[in-house]
Amino acid sequence: MALLEIRGLRAEVDGQEILKGIDLEIDSGQVHAIMGPNGSGKSTLSYVLSGRDGYEVTGGEVLLDGKDLLVMDPEERACEGVFLGFQYPVEIPGVPGTTFLKTAVNAVRRYRGESEFDAMQFVKFVRGKAKEFNMSDDMLKRSVNSGFSGGEKKRNEVLQMAVLEPRLAVLDETDSGLDIDALKLVADGVNTMRSPDRAMLMITHYQRLLDYVVPDVIHVLFGGQIVKSGPKELALELEKEGYYQFFETAA
Amino acid sequence: MVVNTQTIEQVQSATESYKYGFVTDIEMDHAPKGLSEDIVRFISAKKEEPEWLLEWRLKAYHRWLTMPEPAWAKVSHSPIDYQDSYYYAAPKSPDDGPKSLDEVDPKLLETYEKLGIPLKEQEMLAGVAVDAVFDSVSVATTYKAKLEEQGIIFCSISEAVQRCPKLVQQYMGSVVPYADNKHSCLNSAVYTDGSFVYIPKGVRCPMELSTYFRINAENTGQFERTLIIADEGSYVSYLEGCTAPMRDENQLHAAVVELVALDDAEIKYSTVQNWYPGDEEGRGGIYNFVTKRGACRGRNSKISWTQIETGSAITWKYPSCILEGDNSVGEFYSVAITNNRQQADTGTKMIHIGRNTSSTIISKGISAGRADQTYRGLVKIMPKASGARNYTQCDSLLIGDECGAHTVPYIESRNTSAKVEHEATTAKISEDQLFYCLQRGMSEEEAVALIVNGFCREVMQQLPMEFAVEAQKLVGISLEGSVG
Repeated sequence: MALLEIRGLRAEVDGQEILKGIDLEIDSGQVHAIMGPNGSGKSTLSYVLSGRDGYEVTGGEVLLDGKDLLVMDPEERACEGVFLGFQYPVEIPGVPGTTFLKTAVNAVRRYRGESEFDAMQFVKFVRGKAKEFNMSDDMLKRSVNSGFSGGEKKRNEVLQMAVLEPRLAVLDETDSGLDIDALKLVADGVNTMRSPDRAMLMITHYQRLLDYVVPDVIHVLFGGQIVKSGPKELALELEKEGYYQFFETAA
Repeated sequence: MVVNTQTIEQVQSATESYKYGFVTDIEMDHAPKGLSEDIVRFISAKKEEPEWLLEWRLKAYHRWLTMPEPAWAKVSHSPIDYQDSYYYAAPKSPDDGPKSLDEVDPKLLETYEKLGIPLKEQEMLAGVAVDAVFDSVSVATTYKAKLEEQGIIFCSISEAVQRCPKLVQQYMGSVVPYADNKHSCLNSAVYTDGSFVYIPKGVRCPMELSTYFRINAENTGQFERTLIIADEGSYVSYLEGCTAPMRDENQLHAAVVELVALDDAEIKYSTVQNWYPGDEEGRGGIYNFVTKRGACRGRNSKISWTQIETGSAITWKYPSCILEGDNSVGEFYSVAITNNRQQADTGTKMIHIGRNTSSTIISKGISAGRADQTYRGLVKIMPKASGARNYTQCDSLLIGDECGAHTVPYIESRNTSAKVEHEATTAKISEDQLFYCLQRGMSEEEAVALIVNGFCREVMQQLPMEFAVEAQKLVGISLEGSVG
């Protein structure tokens, strides 16, 4: 059984159908990439998986480890191990990163019936993670994403992912707005997160990220459907020929 | 002065005409319902007050009769029936209180639980009759001895009237004159008790003083009167209130707090107010009509107000600073949270009189449910206040779409060298922020508490450490049920 199973998923936003029947399976230990032009439904898919308000599922099902995700609240999904790396991480002024993450980690631990971390335990835990991921935990002393550069925001997302240890990580355009050094750092983080117990879904416009994080499977999302799937070489083909071929198919 | 027996007789004879009767026992613990000159005399007699104080009370009472209710605040309530209250009740006998926590409202206990308040303290707060050998009493006694070593006077104001009448007579009413406003006037006439603090010259008070540690804390919350005097070069930090809701049956609270800072002295006054706010439909709840004012009399003196206001059905409160001394500093840090049907009209006045005086105002208002909230502030620069400076920042946060937030800043500058800055923002908790937190596993309530605490951080940081952690939890509890 695949870790993530999406079958015939349809969803609409403001009454307009965006996802038009998506089928996708990701096994534990695999990294899949979803590519596609603007407006094809990539971000919508990430929000539907994480349960954001305003994204209405009109058909199909999504199972994580056999459990029906679609009946769960967003926080429940998060506690079950769904992590969304945001395309535009949100600023929360006045809330130190440590406080934010500690609240999140303890919520998840509580859900799993584990004991909550106290302040000291948590600091130790986070320091260990930051070291493992070759990142400084300095940014956790600052308010969540406030005044962060684009690169810092994305690194912060990766650090949060590392700390929360999700089963399924959905990374929405984690590469956007990054210079090459930041991209490498983020890619290293994502690679470190690869694990036999974890599935990852990377949403991206470009081949660039896939040079550093090599996916097992690439899917092309177009017009709310997956129109093509293939091995990593598919990315190169797309890079060369663009998405025009699908416009023709669609027409 | 001895008890005026004649007055007591007068009161007793008057009781027959009271519909609800005169609740009294051999020791005369209760005055009859309602307010009259006799009641004022009765209170003063009960406290064996000197003549000047009785006269002062009576002047206040007669003035009160003629004063109109302040009508400028943006709050609404039905007229207060002053004759429907008791103005004097001696401390309740422990036998009247609940016998154990099992008899206390479970909702109250739930809140204590969430605030992480130790069991012993829960009992005290809920008014449970506790053993005479009670931890905090012995702690308080130890504290008291330590304070007295340094010449610090920290006692109830009634005790101070007996112990150091000159100080009380010199300073009481010198910052908030009895006729300042109708509520302060009422307080002056009928106040029953409160705290008194005197810090001698050059003494830095070695601990946070708190009403909480005043032994024999009497049931005097309704018309409380506090006077704090910091003599030259001294420092004191005073904590008022408690994050835990107190059991309280009085609806109207009209307290007066006066602070006096002499040359080079500093007073830091922190409040956490969490009285019963009424139910979700706005039934019940405390009317909190407080007059708080500090006078920076001396050069280089400083007064800093920090308040976390989460309770009460109506809050009407403007802790202010009169900056008389040259180079004196006034600060006001405020978080006010209103939920459900609560109303708050709160802010400050900074009156710059001396040269190079400076003031800072940071106000954070959070409104949820169908609550209404107003920041009302006055920065006044007098002609001689050359080089005066003020910085004001008022931020409002709205949760939901049925609440209101208003900012009414008055600035009056009569000196051209003054610098006055005002910034104001109004924001809503964004759906983006909320979803971001939920996606990391937090519940909606945790998320709101986190975001709001972030919004209030600048003010929270001003609180003494031991208060800050509880205050953060309190923010979350106050906003429960505000989202979703």
